[in-house]
Amino acid sequence: MRLALSRCTLHRLALTVAYVLLTTIACERRPGTGGPESTTGDILVGMYGSLTGDGASFGQSSREGTELAVDEVNAAGGLLGGRRIRLLVEDDQSRPEEASNAVTKLVTQDKVVAVLGEVASRRSLAAAPISQKYQIPMISPSSTNERVTEVGDYIFRVCFIDPFQGEVLAKFAFNDLKARRVAILKDIQQDYSVGLTDSISKHFAALGGDVMEPVSYSTGDADFKAVLTQVRSQKPDVLFATGYYPEAAIIVRQARELGMKMPILGGDGWVGDALRNGREALNNTFISNHYSGDNPDPVVQNFVKAYRSTFKREPDAIAALAYDSVKVLADALTRAGSTDGPRLRDALATADVQGVTGRLKINEKRNVDKPAVIQEVTYVEGDVKFVYKTTINPN
Amino acid sequence: METVLQQLINGLSLGAIYALIALGYTMVYGVLRLINFAHGDVYMLGAFAGYFLANALQLDTNPSIFGAVVVTTGAMAICAGIGILIERLAYRPVRHHSRLTSLITAIGVSLFLEYGGQVVFGATPRFFPQMVRSEIYSVGGVQITNQNLLIIVVALLMMFGLRFIVQRTRIGKAMRATSYNLSVARLMGINTDFIIAFTFALGSALAAAAGVLVALAIPRIDPLMGLMTGLKAFVAAVLGGIGSIPGAMLGGLLIGLMETGLSATAYSTYRDAVAFAVLILILLVRPAGILGASGPEKV
Repeated sequence: MRLALSRCTLHRLALTVAYVLLTTIACERRPGTGGPESTTGDILVGMYGSLTGDGASFGQSSREGTELAVDEVNAAGGLLGGRRIRLLVEDDQSRPEEASNAVTKLVTQDKVVAVLGEVASRRSLAAAPISQKYQIPMISPSSTNERVTEVGDYIFRVCFIDPFQGEVLAKFAFNDLKARRVAILKDIQQDYSVGLTDSISKHFAALGGDVMEPVSYSTGDADFKAVLTQVRSQKPDVLFATGYYPEAAIIVRQARELGMKMPILGGDGWVGDALRNGREALNNTFISNHYSGDNPDPVVQNFVKAYRSTFKREPDAIAALAYDSVKVLADALTRAGSTDGPRLRDALATADVQGVTGRLKINEKRNVDKPAVIQEVTYVEGDVKFVYKTTINPN
Repeated sequence: METVLQQLINGLSLGAIYALIALGYTMVYGVLRLINFAHGDVYMLGAFAGYFLANALQLDTNPSIFGAVVVTTGAMAICAGIGILIERLAYRPVRHHSRLTSLITAIGVSLFLEYGGQVVFGATPRFFPQMVRSEIYSVGGVQITNQNLLIIVVALLMMFGLRFIVQRTRIGKAMRATSYNLSVARLMGINTDFIIAFTFALGSALAAAAGVLVALAIPRIDPLMGLMTGLKAFVAAVLGGIGSIPGAMLGGLLIGLMETGLSATAYSTYRDAVAFAVLILILLVRPAGILGASGPEKV
């Protein structure tokens, strides 16, 4: 125990030192409005994401989607009279404290004009106050927790939010799967999972269904058999796993190992490479998602084709949203005619762009109203495929 | 009833994992009076060694029992080598200093392996290939997988194997002599350096076997996987009576059962606290552990 404690203290000490250093630098180098470099040269755009760690798949996909869009914008002649976008990428190692460090660095040292990221709501929530403080707009491509854009008027997103996603999942379970009694497993360390769980519970109960008390676990847990056995004894028709893909894969697998054959449902947080750890157990599972790669719309198909030829793999929804976030930013930069924070913010607030994941019209809460798709998860020949089932529109 | 039985099985499967790792802790402690905190990280290295071996043999696409045995043996051999290296480079130079020095060295080695692992393997979790096809046995509504069954059986076999080596073989006798009094053992002509290296090799090989087996059942491995599991296994060793081989087994199973029991209640998120609460309690009430000998410490 003493060991654990001393490690903790060391970490905390290191973090404190890092924080003090960073804030000192931040104070010294706080940018004046409209420096000499702000009208010529490359436009610096920051991206922070979980390139390593538990959420690495989110970070990798985001990075690829972002790079693809930036390359397209630059190839089409750049912005603001031929200036190119230069992307600066920071890894937050899937840790919230590193996310805020990354954004502090991007904003105060690199002096980016806008920040793109994160995927996980918890990390977006950790970093957003910094963007807000320095008046540098932040666009989260895929953080769905409602509170992310409530941090302030410089924080935007291009995905739907969990109150809607929870409604979509609840309706699908009640109407299509005819479930009347559901159990939920939530990751109490993730704002995303907690928010989505609340929303599913509320909407499923409103439809007249019976929701059992949600069972909690923590990010990084690897043994779910005890909690799943308790859930099994209450005989739910459907099980929700509202956390992220690394744990979802193990939950699905262990549920099947315990003979639980009911459909298992999850949110967009299931979209990650490690989901394939679930293997055959993934059959009879469904997720709500932002976009479906098999959509015949030419906008979608052109994106899929370009992505495939650049990165030699299929784009997931996380990549598509990251791509869209750049397109929204490019459009706002053009309309603002400047890289100045407040002017860019005003342009973003009135954005209305056709993206790969649907129409991106920023509303008064700096969110977008977009439909969600339900996909069936299948495991074929060693790989996970998401098969389109239905689209559900916001009211 | 079905639920209670299932939870018992869940607890035993989890406990067998802790027991496997606890055996290594207890053996090194028994011989050297050193708590080898790097043991949990050797377990991690075992899982990674198994990962690279299994991928080299392409066992994910064509699983086979033979391949799994080769991978496990290979990982055990690699980790035995690593164990000897750790002992030679880190522990031997400080062996004649105070015990606190060794303990701090052990913590240093542990941190080195964890963060060195992050540099070499990356922090991103990897999926362990499925070397053995997963099968589920169901008896009266109670399910157990072949992988969990394997862990329980191997843990038991290893416990008996270790006991046999320590109690019935020549080298075991030398280990006991070294454990009893290092200087006198050396005066009697025992190559104590060799015995200690052998102890580390054996303990590390056990940890590697545990790493591979656990990765089969829960196929996610990362450089920090040994941290929490290792600490809990350490608690298991203390609970059973550190230095006692059946004690490690008993402690591991008890911790697994307690953790599962708590997870089954509404306080499931406190499961990690169980082991540490037990550690504090056992140190207060019975510091020698359940099966530990609480004789006066020899000088």
